[in-house]
Amino acid sequence: MATKERSLAHEEPVTPAPEHHHATNTGLSNEKLAMWAFLGSECLLFGALISTYFLYRGRSLSGPTTDIYDIPYTSVSSFVLLMSSLTMVLALAAIQRGDYRRLRVWLLATALLGASFIAGQVYEFTSFIREGLTIKTNLFGSSFFVLTGFHGVHVTLGIVMLLSLWNLSLRGSLTQERSEVVEIAGLYWHFVDVVWIVIFTVVYLIPT
Amino acid sequence: MTQPTLEGVDHPAQDQEAQVEHGAHPTEAKYVKVALVLAVLTAVEVGLYYTKFSEAATNAALIGLAAVKFVMVAAYFMHLKFDNKLLRRLFITGFVLASFVYVGFLLTLGVFLP
Repeated sequence: MATKERSLAHEEPVTPAPEHHHATNTGLSNEKLAMWAFLGSECLLFGALISTYFLYRGRSLSGPTTDIYDIPYTSVSSFVLLMSSLTMVLALAAIQRGDYRRLRVWLLATALLGASFIAGQVYEFTSFIREGLTIKTNLFGSSFFVLTGFHGVHVTLGIVMLLSLWNLSLRGSLTQERSEVVEIAGLYWHFVDVVWIVIFTVVYLIPT
Repeated sequence: MTQPTLEGVDHPAQDQEAQVEHGAHPTEAKYVKVALVLAVLTAVEVGLYYTKFSEAATNAALIGLAAVKFVMVAAYFMHLKFDNKLLRRLFITGFVLASFVYVGFLLTLGVFLP
């Protein structure tokens, strides 16, 4: 019986928290609106970085280029980041139904997956530098490190956000009524994931 | 004289529409299914990388798969499919603007020329 009840609880549609009706001009949360506007502007930032990479990757004068990529290794990193989006959305679903224990589990899982991705990136950067590719080696190196480095900084900021939310939840400050905070942090996290989907394809998988 | 209205403005007459636009989020099972599809698509991408088909066809397939993954994450995990249209338009405006600006920039510099 208890098992059936638990199973039903997980199959019910996960609805947004009741406070989604906002007394604003648009009827929407200003914070959520601001996050979407910010993410729209981030498209321009990453668009500039990806375009610069496209422009410079075939114009290397010396040193290693795209031949030093380790595709199987980066594929695993991409998979890890992709799965962190799943744990993030499960964290949101947990707080929206008032399950704070699972919220903390999924937030921590997301932060750990993000940290694994960053650790992988640090290892990749280190191995590239050991093979002679630095940010100053050639145009390819400059554009590659700036693009993936900026993305890494975004992931790191996301991890800080997730750990802050986990800490707030531990103190009991993150309640079901404030689930939108998790939703907004989630939007940022998923955006970082979609940017990596593009980077993984255009930087790593599409040959020069 | 009618009052000008913003899209998504919370007026009593629009309450019903707003409720439709704030549709329920998917179930956890649906999220897991989406993640599985994303994992499979990633595996297909990596498989395509190692195939020896024509470069143009492989690149087109890789870009297509990346676009599908992008849309799936935005639609289901970011809830763009279920949230208010105004939020969708904010993001799409930024994305389309960036795409036009930078594709135009790269075309101007002849990056896609053989």
